[in-house]
Amino acid sequence: MTAVDDRPATPAEAPRRRPNPLLALLRNSWRQLTSMRTALVLLFLLAIAAIPGSVLPQRGVNPEDVRDFYTANPDLAPVLDRIGAFEAFSSVWFSAIYLLLFTSLIGCITPRLRDHVRALRARPPAVPKRLERLPQHAVVPAPEGGAAAVAETLRRRRWRVAVHGDEVSAEKGYLKETGNLIFHSSMVLVLVGVALGSWYGWHGNRLLVAGADQVFCNTRQQYAEARLGPRVGDNLPRFCMQLDEFDARFLETGQPAFYNAKVTVDEDGGAPRAEEFSVNSPLRLDGANVYLLGHGYAPVIRYTDRFGRSQTSAVPFLSTGDIGLTSEGLAAFPDANVDPETGERNPDLQMAFDGLYLPTAPQDPPFDRSEYPTERNPLLGLIAYRGNLGLDGGIPGSVYQLDQRQVRNGRLTEIGARELRTGESWTLDDGTTVEFLGTRPFITLSVRHDPGMTLLLVSSIGLVLGLMGSLFVRRRRVFVRLLPTAPGDPDGGSPTGGSSLVEVAGLPRTEHPGFAAEFAQLVAAIGGRSGDAGTDPDAPARAREGAE
Amino acid sequence: MSALSDQLVSIATLVYLLAMISHAVEYALGNSRARAVAAPSRELVGAAVGAVSTGAVDGPAVEGGAAGGRGSAGDQAAGSLAVGRTLAGGSVAAGDTLAADRTSGGAVVNTSPPGRAERTARRAELGGRIAVGLTAVAAALHLAALVTRGLAADRMPWGNMYEFVLTVSFIGVAAWLTVLVKWPFLRRLGLFLTLVMVLLVATAELVLYTPIVPLVPALNSYWFVVHVSTIVFASGLFLLGVVPAAAYLMRAGYENGKRSFPYTLAKRLPAAAGLERLTFVLHAFSFPIFTFAVIAGAIWAEAAWGRPWGWDPKETWAFISWVVYAGYLHARATPSVRRNTATWLAILGFLTVLMNLFGVNIFFEGLHSYGGL
Ligand code: HEM
Repeated sequence: MTAVDDRPATPAEAPRRRPNPLLALLRNSWRQLTSMRTALVLLFLLAIAAIPGSVLPQRGVNPEDVRDFYTANPDLAPVLDRIGAFEAFSSVWFSAIYLLLFTSLIGCITPRLRDHVRALRARPPAVPKRLERLPQHAVVPAPEGGAAAVAETLRRRRWRVAVHGDEVSAEKGYLKETGNLIFHSSMVLVLVGVALGSWYGWHGNRLLVAGADQVFCNTRQQYAEARLGPRVGDNLPRFCMQLDEFDARFLETGQPAFYNAKVTVDEDGGAPRAEEFSVNSPLRLDGANVYLLGHGYAPVIRYTDRFGRSQTSAVPFLSTGDIGLTSEGLAAFPDANVDPETGERNPDLQMAFDGLYLPTAPQDPPFDRSEYPTERNPLLGLIAYRGNLGLDGGIPGSVYQLDQRQVRNGRLTEIGARELRTGESWTLDDGTTVEFLGTRPFITLSVRHDPGMTLLLVSSIGLVLGLMGSLFVRRRRVFVRLLPTAPGDPDGGSPTGGSSLVEVAGLPRTEHPGFAAEFAQLVAAIGGRSGDAGTDPDAPARAREGAE
Repeated sequence: MSALSDQLVSIATLVYLLAMISHAVEYALGNSRARAVAAPSRELVGAAVGAVSTGAVDGPAVEGGAAGGRGSAGDQAAGSLAVGRTLAGGSVAAGDTLAADRTSGGAVVNTSPPGRAERTARRAELGGRIAVGLTAVAAALHLAALVTRGLAADRMPWGNMYEFVLTVSFIGVAAWLTVLVKWPFLRRLGLFLTLVMVLLVATAELVLYTPIVPLVPALNSYWFVVHVSTIVFASGLFLLGVVPAAAYLMRAGYENGKRSFPYTLAKRLPAAAGLERLTFVLHAFSFPIFTFAVIAGAIWAEAAWGRPWGWDPKETWAFISWVVYAGYLHARATPSVRRNTATWLAILGFLTVLMNLFGVNIFFEGLHSYGGL
């Protein structure tokens, strides 16, 4: 009824005279750790330990949510942070559980692997004395050819066969244990793959605006956000990339339907070449994959200062998250109004424009929300600021947001607001002008390298195949004994030995509900009047006749 | 087409409800019959389950195999049908040990003189058959609703939570009907199954309903079909698996002499051992599919989001479900763990699947935010 666990418990050491208590303790702990029960408890703990990671915001998934959580729960958050709750899946407690589980796993599969290899090499065991005690049992007329014929029949059905004189034992379904071991070993390999990826892998995210002046080359500094594994050197694979064209299509509802980016890639040592990639089909370069995650608009804004010098900004505006792609951003000109003669910078005459871009502005005000993600009626709302942008203070400011502290302490003053359509310009109070020249698309990129990926893929395949073998294959044995011929027929086993019999017994070694049926067919094949064995659909019925 | 689909869903819900009522009628009548007739036949099955060997010792073992798959009509009526060789595609054999009752097959055919009890029994039988018929009709309507929805949207109907729950529950009911063909004596579990169906489909309709919209670009991939179809299929089987699991727990309590409320419901259920085995077969069959589905999801996530696994809430809960089901299979293979405990793990596993279906979409925000709520 239940799985027959044929693995002898951890081989008992020869009893010693003076058992070292420490060693005994160690051995006992190891035995405990590698027991199925412990594995079960650890599995359960692992499931529970994964829950906080889905309930609490995670830095790896969404750092802003963690920041919000801090604001909302100023007392609780630091405590949670100390126990690693915002990085639950790399926390000490989570790691401890899975490392223990995998130790247990290795401790569990190693002896089983050894036993299984031994079992694969060994011949099926000798035929037990009392076959009628086994779950399946039948007596049928012996086939012509005796034990050899029986063995042949079994072999043809892909049983492993051992002939011991007048007895044949056979076993089938080794694939079950093989599958089980492949499955469990693959799990270890998955972990190795993950570890490889986190040691030797790296990734970085950035925005890339279209245009030749915005080429991006793969160095650490070029990423807004990057993570390099501890074993990654400084030399990221060298390539440069320029966004030539971006194509996004939307449904009438504004829902995105399709994104595609056309780029020119210049890999180290190669000629520049055109490539394209889209969501679901990343650009696979040598040593790095480039994924397209999102897109937006970078308004091109030209400011002409008091000295008549113009500067242009094409900084990405970030989506506020609505379906119409309303975007916010900042065009900052810290070098504005520098006297070209003296080169002297007047820190109170820096300029910045806080912007709200609507690809499809409504017909009437308020102009605060775009109606559609493509540029059907583009409108750029700007608020102009003059003063000290606070960029020299050593505190790194965001390129996407105005430093509000400077506004609050009066060093930066608002000097007016205005909506501009493409091509329009606005003359400020000091005679300087700002123009909205149009937009360029930008894309959000994630560039990654994960050397563990191949191993992950291979071990995942092993996981599934092993599991199937383990769950669907059944291990079973059959034993056959040629019975001593009845008295009066001294030539038992001869071609004409009508009364010689063969005793067949079967033992499912793991749960195998269909075993009776299989056994019946087998018996029919063995006892069959040679020739048609194994293909006779009426086999069970015939076998029964034979038994009577 | 879209409106037609919505109507079909409503009608299907009603028909599931009717099927549930018919099952309840069968239950009620069956229980009164049980009072009238001593030694209900299924008790015999209980005794014989798992005892292939006992049967085999006194007669030629071959007979067991021969009886397998054949089971006469009388056998079936007596609720002792033995063998289905394979379940859903032939990978898992759940054979005669499920209710291997060759010896009692003939004995339990009801030979008592026709009387009130007999008539009630016949009515109960009729109620049960009607219930199964209604379930089949509801399932057909359910399928039609899915097909029309898919046609209206011009894609597979798995784009949001509403469609997802509808598909999962359809898989559940389809698998149930398949199981019934193999093992008609399980029919009484239909009360639980139809209850689950009514709850799920009605929740989908009343709470989760979303108008048809096309897929977001991230879903626009053949991995969508591979990943989602296997997830849906495995979830449907898990859904079905929870029915014999719950029935087993009740029946096992009943067989141990418990006579308080939920256990009394189990009076007329098939023997506990058979239910337990069916629970295992269903889970053993769907676990590798689920494993594959999660892996397919990881492969897709690599292509779409740049990482195979990112502990997004949906991914996290799939991981939890996977670990819990692995725990169930382990527990069942560990001799020192009681079958009751193992079966509770299976039920817990399904709760985590439900959490992923509903909870994650409602409570959390992640990359998998296609719920449409
Ligand atoms: C990483 C954690 C583990 C997972 C996810 C896992 C999962 C599984 C699954 C799904 C099965 C079912 C396959 C079957 O029934 O043949 C299984 C079987 C098995 N596992 Fe594990 N396992 C883990 C760790 C372990 C450990 C640590 C041990 C040893 C203590 C172990 C020993 C076994 C054995 C002996 C079986 C075979 C049971 C049988 O033959 O029915 N596993 N495991």
